[in-house]
Amino acid sequence: MREVSVIGVGETQFGELWDKSFRELGIEAGLRAIQDAEIAAENVDAIYVGNMSAGKFIDQEHVAALVADYAGLADQHLPTIRVEGGGACGAIAIQQAAMAIASGVHDIVVVGGAEKMTDVGDVEAARILSSTTDQEWESVFGATFAGLFAMMARRHMFEYGTTREQLAAVAVKNHKHGALNPVAQFQKEITVEMVLGAPRVAEPLGVFDCAPLSDGAAALVLCSRDKARKFTDTPIDLIGTGQASDFLAVHDRRELTTMDATVIAGKRAFHAARKTPNDVKVAEVHDNFTISEIMAIEDLRFVPKGKGGFATEDGETALNARVSVNTSGGLKARGYPVGATGVAQAVEIVRQLRGEAGKRQVTDAGLGLTHTLGGTGGTAVVHLFARGD
Amino acid sequence: MAIPRFWREIPSRYNLVGSKCGNCGTLDFPPRLVCPRCGRRSMGKMERRKLAGRGTVVSYTIIHDAPKDFDMMKPYVLAIVEMEEGLRMTSQVIDVELGDIKIGMPVEVAFRKLGEEGEAGVIHYGYKFRPAR
Repeated sequence: MREVSVIGVGETQFGELWDKSFRELGIEAGLRAIQDAEIAAENVDAIYVGNMSAGKFIDQEHVAALVADYAGLADQHLPTIRVEGGGACGAIAIQQAAMAIASGVHDIVVVGGAEKMTDVGDVEAARILSSTTDQEWESVFGATFAGLFAMMARRHMFEYGTTREQLAAVAVKNHKHGALNPVAQFQKEITVEMVLGAPRVAEPLGVFDCAPLSDGAAALVLCSRDKARKFTDTPIDLIGTGQASDFLAVHDRRELTTMDATVIAGKRAFHAARKTPNDVKVAEVHDNFTISEIMAIEDLRFVPKGKGGFATEDGETALNARVSVNTSGGLKARGYPVGATGVAQAVEIVRQLRGEAGKRQVTDAGLGLTHTLGGTGGTAVVHLFARGD
Repeated sequence: MAIPRFWREIPSRYNLVGSKCGNCGTLDFPPRLVCPRCGRRSMGKMERRKLAGRGTVVSYTIIHDAPKDFDMMKPYVLAIVEMEEGLRMTSQVIDVELGDIKIGMPVEVAFRKLGEEGEAGVIHYGYKFRPAR
């Protein structure tokens, strides 16, 4: 198996981008990544696109070929593959592209992730997001996406004494980080009081516990490691990946307060990379809700089970603390264009490892992690990246 | 959504029909064709079994931001309930004051309208929970 490196990254602004179409976003991110990698179109062997639901958000399927077309690559007749796995589609696309390179089939692959969510109204967007839950045995009974995570939060508070203020601390931290990221949807700090006083969505979660609806795209150029040095002096190596699935419905899982998919995906990635959670300096984890980040940092073994809220409140996961979590602002502040998520997380980690993260740079960032969820935890993907030097 | 989508789930949604694994004896709801614990050893041994309809609240939320079809009900209580048979289910808890819902509360199944297909569409029914009597 050949090793895989990242030689280029690109992303768009995240937010309510009414003047940009789905294809424009995808192309913008992709072309920036190609430019960053200093490769030409002829160098690209294939395109993988992570996208959750263009069919529902913009009535457009067949989006991988579409993006390749409008990127000016129609004449190259490249193989294009669209990947779906709820919120994890971008992260799965990275893994699939890496496997294509590792197998020797391709040398250079562009991985994109994109979602255009604001062409539909809020209620419709929430319904589309809920389609990753079990429609027959959760949604039909009135379960919402936020409601299912709210029940995890309530149980976490019951079992471990996690407080409402600790949940809020996640949003406060990620907005603080987002304020340092020029592409973030929200570049404004918030307070615990603002989080606690926000309108309720599904108790105990309020508006500020939820990631926003966003438009945006991100892209990576992956290359076989033996050829990466031809294109860049600072290749970032993908040293381990893990993907895992679980029962789709929350009520069928072993526990409400642990995501086994995250635990297993993490173990697989760390095993492949021969690293431990203690080695990780910077991580982008899936904070679609505040409780999700608390469970993620526990399930990835950054902190003991039940201590996620306490660790966040104590600042252990802030910028340049023990482990810097969601330096981009996370899904909460950078934005949550679903299909782009896994790729956008990887872009942030690559920037951190290259030392190009500006005001939010983590000092001595040598090993970085991304963690992405599909649905309410029916899928989880973990990637580990390291400096190539 | 097409009517058969609701019609084919009637046995489980009206009568709480789940499945019992003939290999390990564990119950699942809705019925499964393969036992998640026994895999191949359970094939051909999955029997239909009706649940008693009693359980306790494992976790709950009060939904304020509701889907269009549930807008008239909000705020409403949604819970994950562990049934006497050991499996868990998700539905609304009715006939309870919002402030009274608690983890550990004993509940029982009640037959209720779940929703309807558009304004003149078919009404579909199923289970909700209420405090045990």
